[in-house]
Amino acid sequence: MMKASRPVGIVGYGSYVPRYRLPAQEVSQLWTDGNSPVPVREKSVNGIDEDVATMSIEAARNALKRSGVEPQDIGAVWVGSESHPYAVKPTSTIVAEAIGATPYTQAADWQFACKAGTEAFQASIGFVAGGMTRYAMAIGMDAAQGRPGDALEYTAGAGGAAFLVGAADEAIAEVEASLSFVTDTPDFWRRQYEKFPEHAGRFTGEPAYFHHVTSAASKLMSEMGLTSKDFDYFVCHQPNAKFPLKAGEELGFSRDQMKAGMLVNDIGNTYAGSCMIGLTAIMDIAKPGERILVTSFGSGAGSDAFSIRMLRASEPRGAISTRAYVERRKVIDYAMYTRLKGYYKLN
Amino acid sequence: MRDVSIVGLGQTPVGEHWDTSLRELGFRALESALKDAKAERVEALYVGNMLSGHLTGQEHIAALIADFAGLRGIEAIKIEAACASGAAALRVGYAMVAGGLADLVAVVGVEKMTDQAPETVTAAMSMGVDADYEAMQGLTHMGVGAMLMRRYMHEHGFKREDFANFAITAHANAAGNPNAMYRSPISARLFNEAKPIADPISMFDSAPAADGAACVILAPTEIAREFSDKPVRIRASAVATDTVAADDRRDPLYLEAAAISAQKAFAAAGLGPDDIDLLETHDAFTILSALSLEACGFAPRGGGVRLAQNGEIGLRGRIPITTMGGLKARGNPVGAAGLYQIVEVAQQMRGDAGVNQVANARLGMAQNIGGTGGTVVTTILERL
Amino acid sequence: MEVARYWRTTRQRYQLVGEVCPNCSGKIFPPRDVCPTCEKEAKTPFAFSGVGEVYSYSTVYQAAAGYEKATPYTVAMIRLAEGPLVSAQLTDIDDKDVAIGMPVEMVTRVLREDGDRGMLVYGYKFRPVMV
Repeated sequence: MMKASRPVGIVGYGSYVPRYRLPAQEVSQLWTDGNSPVPVREKSVNGIDEDVATMSIEAARNALKRSGVEPQDIGAVWVGSESHPYAVKPTSTIVAEAIGATPYTQAADWQFACKAGTEAFQASIGFVAGGMTRYAMAIGMDAAQGRPGDALEYTAGAGGAAFLVGAADEAIAEVEASLSFVTDTPDFWRRQYEKFPEHAGRFTGEPAYFHHVTSAASKLMSEMGLTSKDFDYFVCHQPNAKFPLKAGEELGFSRDQMKAGMLVNDIGNTYAGSCMIGLTAIMDIAKPGERILVTSFGSGAGSDAFSIRMLRASEPRGAISTRAYVERRKVIDYAMYTRLKGYYKLN
Repeated sequence: MRDVSIVGLGQTPVGEHWDTSLRELGFRALESALKDAKAERVEALYVGNMLSGHLTGQEHIAALIADFAGLRGIEAIKIEAACASGAAALRVGYAMVAGGLADLVAVVGVEKMTDQAPETVTAAMSMGVDADYEAMQGLTHMGVGAMLMRRYMHEHGFKREDFANFAITAHANAAGNPNAMYRSPISARLFNEAKPIADPISMFDSAPAADGAACVILAPTEIAREFSDKPVRIRASAVATDTVAADDRRDPLYLEAAAISAQKAFAAAGLGPDDIDLLETHDAFTILSALSLEACGFAPRGGGVRLAQNGEIGLRGRIPITTMGGLKARGNPVGAAGLYQIVEVAQQMRGDAGVNQVANARLGMAQNIGGTGGTVVTTILERL
Repeated sequence: MEVARYWRTTRQRYQLVGEVCPNCSGKIFPPRDVCPTCEKEAKTPFAFSGVGEVYSYSTVYQAAAGYEKATPYTVAMIRLAEGPLVSAQLTDIDDKDVAIGMPVEMVTRVLREDGDRGMLVYGYKFRPVMV
């Protein structure tokens, strides 16, 4: 178990979900005459002018508004994603520049499939607790790719969240402890220069997702001397509507504990943003004293688990709520989806 | 300062000159103007052109055309002021003759646009707006014009249909101009049903990109009759500027450069709007005709469209505009447009406008607008 | 798109940073170092709130080379709350829903990309106010 030597927490947070939604039924209709069952109701799709950098900027701006922190006081801007706009050239410098944190700041891009955001968050805790900086911004954001017709195409969504980490005494919520669990498990990958990821089919379930999520979450709870009853909310990585519910159930969580953070039916799998945006939806409504268990999953594979306790109700201060983003929706058809995704070769 | 007159006119038909290059177009207009002036050589050549570098990969075109025309050795310079390049070149030629630096000068306006694909031409035309703050944002020349039109409609309570007479008049007049690109009349219904290109601008609100060249020969008025039986005097010539970006203007619906250059021209000539018998407006978009009429004092603010609606812009109206088809129907070879306007006003002053002749025309004015109003050249010509 | 040309205006484009005139307190965007009203030096940076309303707009169906990917798109002149007019694209809105006077807010988006190999150009656009 990782516990910061000085109490550290979330002083600001913000999310972002693009406006467009592709109903999973559209994908099923095109590739299977509608015969394939759908793993989610619909997924979010980034606009033609959006990518991980622009979405991270908006999430980070929301986090800053909520915190009231001056951007020049931020000592690290870290963006975790598996769809960074450039293969080489940081997303984080674009975000740091746009939110006004440059030039005296750390900036880096993180990569660990769908847990790139939580590992940046975990590192932020250490960075702040160690006194290296007063505030660190950790972002998990994706504009996920799914090969046309592949199972991933039904769910690969766009969106994510940003967390501004600082001292617990000025925080909305304290990060009580954290734990990581990793093994070399190749369930999902994307090779250099390939456009779409590959996955190992059903192998992505038991040995990959479930093993890592439940191991990390249960170990953190036991090390802390807590059980699922001690938590008001549980949110974990959401690749589809079934997996997180099943994992939560195995860990002893009820549907009620999981409901607030479950966004996958509305926005799809936002990869590095998935459990992080779920956490923002919870924090938007959680009351002081309530405790949240967060567990990410990144293919390859690993899970980061966090126990977070609300210190005070969060005030928006002009930040846009996760609910507002989820409810802002424009349904598109598959033709428009392929256009937004840039699949048509124009020149 | 010497008094200056136009003693020779030349123009190529406006349109798609697939078999003619930029230098040939320029040469043809120059050749016919020289012939009209019964002259063999000029001392200097000023070429108005906006896009030769971008659309044909050729700058340095004044020397090129001079050489191609057999005038190697003469002074030759290109003048660029976006869509106002043509009249800006006239302004330089005028200054040379007026100042006594040259006695016989040719001014050519030339543009070759059809070699390039539409998106390239659109990008090129958009170089006349602010590249860093308008074009970079995805705005096009037409997009800015469209926003001015929309705001105008909003402030003065007009509908798109209310602009129809600008296009109908231009097309009707082009029918009588053998050099015009679109010589077929259009109906109000056709105008009203046209699809938008940059909403609310449709193809009938906007002038077509085209190839063409026009030329005038200038001489001191005192010797003008040595070259022409019907010299046309340049009564006034004025240039004014404004911000290149329309959004930087105090009031985007007031073309300050048009107003200033018109006032300067009127003051120099001792004239006012009531003295003018016809006006060539820069109708790259219908809205620009309305704004030009208002800036020059032919109509109050919001009254430009009303003039068109009331039929006062026709050949027999109170203030005839676009008498040979305008940019809209004669066609818009952009850097040459201002020179076509001058040639056409001069035709009217000579009484050579054929079926389009404005009766008893003695004073004609042309207003050439660069970009969306960043440079405006106003010229007043007088029948001698 | 030339790298240096883009880079030197990063602050304006990402953060809507203009200037304020020390003489008349007029807000200036884009920065031009000389107050258009006083015609005197005005180099003090000023960060705009990004809030404004639509002054005029047009849906562009014939885009310039480099902007075809998103055609048709809607451009607008925005009257910023602090005074200046700025031109930009509208985003996250259906063309038919745009109206003069509608409140909008600045967002940072991809303006264009130079093919598959070139640089991504980020800058301001405006969308209907969400909060």
